[in-house]
Amino acid sequence: MKKLKRKPIEEKTLPRLLKYCRPYMGQIAAALIFAVIYVGLNLIAPVLVGYAIDNAIGPGKVDFAAVGSLLLGVGVAAVCSGVFQWLMNMCTNTVVYFTVRDLRRLIYIKWSTVPLSVIDRTPHGDLISRMINDADSVGDGLMQGITQLFSGIVMIVCTLVFMMYISVTIAIAVVIITPLSMFVAAFITKISRKQFLKQSQLQGEISSYVDEYIGQQKLVKAFVYEERSYEDFAEINERLRVCGQKSQWYSSLANPSTRFVNSLVTSAVTILGSLSVLGGSMSVGSIATFITYANQYTKPFNEVTGVIPQIQAAMAGAKRIFEFLDSEDMSEEPESCEENRHLKGNIDIENVSFSYTPAKKLITNFNLHVKAGQRIAIVGPTGCGKTTLINLLMRFYDVNSGTVKIDGKSIYDMSRNDLRSNYGMVLQESWLYNASVRDNIAYGRPDADIDEVKAAARKAHIHHFIERLPDGYDTIITEEGSNLSQGQRQLICIARVMLCNPPMLILDEATSSIDTRTELRVQRAFTEMMKGRTSFVVAHRLSTIKEADIILVMKDGNIIEQGDHLSLMKSRGFYYKLYNSQFAANR
Amino acid sequence: MIRLRRFLKDYVILLIIGPLCKLTEAVLELFIPLVTADIIDNGVLKGNADYVISHGLLMVAMGALGLSFALVCQKSASVTSQGFGTKLRNAMFRHINSFSHAELDKIGTPSLITRMTSDINQLQLAVAMLIRLVIRAPFLVIGALVMACTIDLKMSLIFFVASPLIAFVLYIVMNRSVPYFKDMQKKLDRVSLLSRENLSGNRVIRAFNKQEEDEAVFEKANRELADTSARVGRISALLSPVTYVISQAAIIAIVWFGAVKVNVGQLQTGEIIALVNYMTQILLAMIVVSNLVVIFTKAFASASRVNEVFDTQPSVTEKTNDTIDTVSGAPAVEFRNVSFGYGDGGDAVKDISFTARKGQTIGIIGGTGSGKTTLINLIPRFYDPRKGEVLVNGINAKEYSFRQLRGNMGIVPQKAVLQSGTIRSNLLWGNKNADDEKINKALKISQSYEFVSKLPEGTDSEVTAGGGNFSGGQKQRLTIARALVGDPEILILDDSASALDMATDAALRRELAAIKGMTVFIISQRVSAVRDSDKILVLENSELVGQGTHKELLENCELYREICISQGAEKQ
Repeated sequence: MKKLKRKPIEEKTLPRLLKYCRPYMGQIAAALIFAVIYVGLNLIAPVLVGYAIDNAIGPGKVDFAAVGSLLLGVGVAAVCSGVFQWLMNMCTNTVVYFTVRDLRRLIYIKWSTVPLSVIDRTPHGDLISRMINDADSVGDGLMQGITQLFSGIVMIVCTLVFMMYISVTIAIAVVIITPLSMFVAAFITKISRKQFLKQSQLQGEISSYVDEYIGQQKLVKAFVYEERSYEDFAEINERLRVCGQKSQWYSSLANPSTRFVNSLVTSAVTILGSLSVLGGSMSVGSIATFITYANQYTKPFNEVTGVIPQIQAAMAGAKRIFEFLDSEDMSEEPESCEENRHLKGNIDIENVSFSYTPAKKLITNFNLHVKAGQRIAIVGPTGCGKTTLINLLMRFYDVNSGTVKIDGKSIYDMSRNDLRSNYGMVLQESWLYNASVRDNIAYGRPDADIDEVKAAARKAHIHHFIERLPDGYDTIITEEGSNLSQGQRQLICIARVMLCNPPMLILDEATSSIDTRTELRVQRAFTEMMKGRTSFVVAHRLSTIKEADIILVMKDGNIIEQGDHLSLMKSRGFYYKLYNSQFAANR
Repeated sequence: MIRLRRFLKDYVILLIIGPLCKLTEAVLELFIPLVTADIIDNGVLKGNADYVISHGLLMVAMGALGLSFALVCQKSASVTSQGFGTKLRNAMFRHINSFSHAELDKIGTPSLITRMTSDINQLQLAVAMLIRLVIRAPFLVIGALVMACTIDLKMSLIFFVASPLIAFVLYIVMNRSVPYFKDMQKKLDRVSLLSRENLSGNRVIRAFNKQEEDEAVFEKANRELADTSARVGRISALLSPVTYVISQAAIIAIVWFGAVKVNVGQLQTGEIIALVNYMTQILLAMIVVSNLVVIFTKAFASASRVNEVFDTQPSVTEKTNDTIDTVSGAPAVEFRNVSFGYGDGGDAVKDISFTARKGQTIGIIGGTGSGKTTLINLIPRFYDPRKGEVLVNGINAKEYSFRQLRGNMGIVPQKAVLQSGTIRSNLLWGNKNADDEKINKALKISQSYEFVSKLPEGTDSEVTAGGGNFSGGQKQRLTIARALVGDPEILILDDSASALDMATDAALRRELAAIKGMTVFIISQRVSAVRDSDKILVLENSELVGQGTHKELLENCELYREICISQGAEKQ
């Protein structure tokens, strides 16, 4: 798995996570107030019960009036405590689910602000795992953390106060013993933290694997690869098991250990309390109260340590989310400006050098001047780097040196959106999304009415296909678009561009899966559309190439020749060879 | 959820030991209030300090014993739950592997991913809780009840009223929230689907400047998920306050009636304290139970989603695992009046009959959506025909094991996709025992040797997911090489050379034709790619409208002639 680039300053995970809760400060504050009230009432109840018991010490010595009024007090306290606990839960709910929602939104937004190279290089399953699993863990952890920690801390403080009130010595004994349990818990947390982070990473690996292999089931079938993919999967899964078991075991040590410490506390209270009754400094009823308190005091510790696994998983998840949120954004860009949205299409590429990795040089010192309306054919053997050129023109990737200008203005002085709105693009791999055919065609112009959509579809010669679909234009395209053939998908992509009508076009082997008769019609429509528009066409068809104003001949990532058909033929270079071999193949 | 117990069968011993240990711990815990009462009644009230100390130390010893039992339980829980999850994931992956495309389309990949991760995690947690708490909490309740009975039978009536009341509240809350949990997982699926779509279409989204609209769609799904979660939360939020109030009411009753009994000398003060403590214990156990209820309601929803996957039966299944004898001299592939359509739709191929002899090259040409891919998908039995039969080496394709049938075929799909790993690991798909010689041969035939050998690490060069770091043409050639490494008897190229330039394409076909005894199916849009075939099948609107050689078809197939003319290839 690739490490994501990180900003140098690394904040601690927890404070950072709390920062994301900030919009819900109101609810958090309310939850805190409700917690104080609820816990306070919760603590008063046992005091009253204790007093009530004190009023019933033996046969004939029961003061029923006192018992009755004290018990009434218990009832009122209990009901109020219940109500405030409920209110606290409601507030916590909002904070947790909305914080998780915000985190998810931030991740999603980040997907469109990181350089495309991050999306290209990070396994998608891993990114999705951060979105789904890690965010879920954060939610679980926050929920447990807020409800237990909140009421826990309040409970500890209040109980301490009450205990001090009843007996200072015993309270001090309790206070001295309990940090022991905190120490034990902290120690255990430390050992398991690493395992949790590893577990979260392995979850990402599993998601990536499933994403890749389930997504390509047909291939798995075709190669009878089921067994082998199962073995690979089982191997990752086994690593997850080992790591998951360890993290769960370590973190689950915390709870019994603290409980043990707590039972020590209870024993101490009982012994000390009983002895002080014998010494005459305390009443019998107070012991009952005290034991209840000691229990109540240790309970939050138990609860806090009980949710340690969830909180740790949450921290590991949060860390992975922040790691992604911290990956570097695309470079700053100027404000959008209306003028830049309507360019004519004069393109100057000056001294451009580019490579994906510094180790492997691709384009070096490339120059090209295109007048508005010209047609540029990019030709070359398969894999010569034609897609790279498109990445640079549309600024999916930035050049290493040199510049690209449109209408004399550097594209690095425009906002990316402005630049891209001038291009219409049909890529090699047709991408459609899970919506109706109509929405897909109107993707670039959602305001287009159905007639415009239909007109675009007609121009792309896909209208009749669409009409024949079960729901016509309202047919929903399934995720992988498997209810349409590759060719049909590509035609829809063409219709999508037809509707936008941009000043510049980029067509990347757009017609490779369309049958030649349909293609002829599409070609005509394209030719029509290309009139007056600067167009870059990655194509193999002779006719397209011959009609181009400039032919760029690419080989091994670099542009080795440029010129029109006649001049290139005359120079008898690589193009000449290429042309002849194609001609030979056609003969 | 009960149906998933088969994944626990290796952990039966731990499943028993774990809760038993927890139970022992709980028993010890139950005795503590009793010891406390004993200390008060026999130690404090009788003024015996030694008694207080010795019994106090007994409490400490019980605590230590409890700790050791608890540790055994925790260990069992972690081993069992993680083992269970691992087995479940493995089984699910294996089951999904048996799906044909029809089933995958029905559930959808993103949903399968959330089921495989998020849902199974939920179940794993439930198993851990099952061992750690499920036995303990009810036991504490029952134990407290029993203890209450031993102290005073009449007073215990209060317990018998309060406990079922609390249980009833639990039931109501659980009952109300289950449907929401299911709904929640569904909403999570949608978030996952949109995420996947964004990532695969990231370039297009940027090209169309659709980031904001796209985010709005996502935000809607995201908000719905949060809202549903909050709605469930509102129901669960009632749980512990209500149970708390009930238990406090019970305590009030205990003290009041206890006082009455103390007054007439039927009960001791220490016993009231013990009863109150038992009630508190029941409340604490009930709080645990209510947390469990939430975990289990979620787990139930997840279990039904996991079971849904296991319940989905693959539509194409093997009849046998054995290798069967083929008919010698029979055609490599024969279609007899084959019709097939997807789902409930009309026929995608209609009444197709043809034969392909061993070693022949069969070209398939026809318009977009005319049924070419569907036709060849029937040969490796990705789907079964509705009517007619597909014979491979003289035997119906349904009679073969997948291994024998597909193992003899090299298939190159239309969409060239590589798996993450290295070039070599991809090529080994076709034959995991292939040596360098075989790999290089396949690379040479597929015209990829040149570019692969130029890579700094050659065949060990890294391939990212999907093969994104290679160009379309390079990917296509590598997918062809992958199919060739297995020395297939039948090679199927589904428009697999569309991104190749004509020279490379021609060289590829020359090399393929030179392989002896291999039957090759080539789907192409280009006449040049199929014209030299021994037989060309011409498809139009799901029907076979012509078959024969280039020459024959030019004479008697109108459509073929049109295609040739459109490509300037009508001359012989």
